[in-house]
Amino acid sequence: MSILGEVVESVKAIVKGLRVTLSYIPKEKLTNQYPDEPVQVFSAYRGEHYLNVDENGKERCVACFLCSAACPANAIYIEADEDLRPYKERFTKEERFAKVYNIDYGKCILCGFCVEACPKDAIKHGHNFEMAVTNFADLIKDKTYLLKNRERESQLPVIIIDEITREKYAKAK
Amino acid sequence: MDIYKLIEWVVKIGIVFLIFMHALAYIVLLERRLLGFIQMRLGPNRVGPFGLLQPLADGIKFFFKEEIIPRDADRTLYIIAPVVALVPALTTIAVIPFGDTVNLFGRQIELSITRVDISMLVILALTSMGVYGIVLAGWSSNNKYSLMGGLRSSAQMISYELSLSLAIVGVVIFSGSLDLVQIAKEQMGTWGGIIPKWNIFTQPIGFTLFLISVIAETNRVPFDLPEAETELVAGFHTEYSSMKFAIFFIAEYANMVTASAMATLLFLGGWHGPYVEKFPLLGPVYFTMKILFFLVLYIWLRGTLPRFRYDQLMKFGWKFMIPVALANVVLVAALALFLY
Repeated sequence: MSILGEVVESVKAIVKGLRVTLSYIPKEKLTNQYPDEPVQVFSAYRGEHYLNVDENGKERCVACFLCSAACPANAIYIEADEDLRPYKERFTKEERFAKVYNIDYGKCILCGFCVEACPKDAIKHGHNFEMAVTNFADLIKDKTYLLKNRERESQLPVIIIDEITREKYAKAK
Repeated sequence: MDIYKLIEWVVKIGIVFLIFMHALAYIVLLERRLLGFIQMRLGPNRVGPFGLLQPLADGIKFFFKEEIIPRDADRTLYIIAPVVALVPALTTIAVIPFGDTVNLFGRQIELSITRVDISMLVILALTSMGVYGIVLAGWSSNNKYSLMGGLRSSAQMISYELSLSLAIVGVVIFSGSLDLVQIAKEQMGTWGGIIPKWNIFTQPIGFTLFLISVIAETNRVPFDLPEAETELVAGFHTEYSSMKFAIFFIAEYANMVTASAMATLLFLGGWHGPYVEKFPLLGPVYFTMKILFFLVLYIWLRGTLPRFRYDQLMKFGWKFMIPVALANVVLVAALALFLY
């Protein structure tokens, strides 16, 4: 009799499993049709960096080397310089600035330590993830590129969502 | 010999083979998409509308893949093995009837490539030939995973072929014939105009046994131990690449279709359905639909069930399936004695 009970139990279990898998067929899929549709990313997504500027468009970086020191992958290379002209004439916020600011994305692991270390809010994570290149040398991004990244933010193929909008989105579904 | 007969044969073989091979390719696509849906993915949908050209892309890819033969492999057996697996799998369709006799172009044409009096036995014999391909592949690859896969496959085949044959014996007792056409014709008509006279209603135990054994015979989840990815990499076809791998793949799906056709003919009344007596050409349509039902069931089970452990498989086969199958034969025999 116990064998019969076992058979009934296992058939029940299999039917239950089949019902679950069947119920998943018409459900909304989690796949993003990426090149056709934009990808949803969180606002705290750690994409390619950008160099921040102040309200007058002057560079915030003071070349303190804290980001470079914090970097576990040694991906940041900085050369410091000084510009003693008055604020209105120079293109940086402080007198000290970074003459060269390179991030090697062949080394960078996008951990975000540089962003945390920066005392001037000069380096930030953007939301760009399309960083593939066909040449090793192109992986090293210089200061002009990183400064422009800030303007590129608005043209990225991503939708930036935060936790609250995501919840709303899920409820609307 | 009648020249028209020859032409009829050639045309029939051509059509059946062409449809069969295309169906195999699209079953793979169906499986991938359905599994994707079950796992909240979309499956392949980039090539052509709804991914309908994916089989073509896969085929081209297989042709251009590099062919690798392991250095220490037994070259002759290694090359023969996929052929040994494929030939019986494709030969079985020759005896499967997919409709009644139809009147076309002023000729009586049987809707099967050939009619054999013992077609059931022919199919059983041929499907068990397929395991040689798997065993040879496992042996000749000179790879411990492949060898394990081949050994498991042979053990599994021997265990589950018994219960498969015993489940078929039940049907044969009822219809008194080993001819698939005859077996299907016995299931014609309905009881009270509602319930079709299918064997599934008179022998539900036999049907369940048949279904389980046939899944084990075709090495599908949850009985896919010969190619268990998690333990054996890919089992018997670990060392195979390019078209040789594709041939194993085709053989597996051909076996699936044959098994589904067999299940349809034995238990679901073959090509019988409403209005099929008036329009015999509806037969193949019903037959295809029933086969498709079984194929979807196969895929559905694959998306649901985890794999058996090897000892569970053996225990289940010998200690449960075979006693139940034997009891079922006795039961069906008694029922047949009572009914007729």
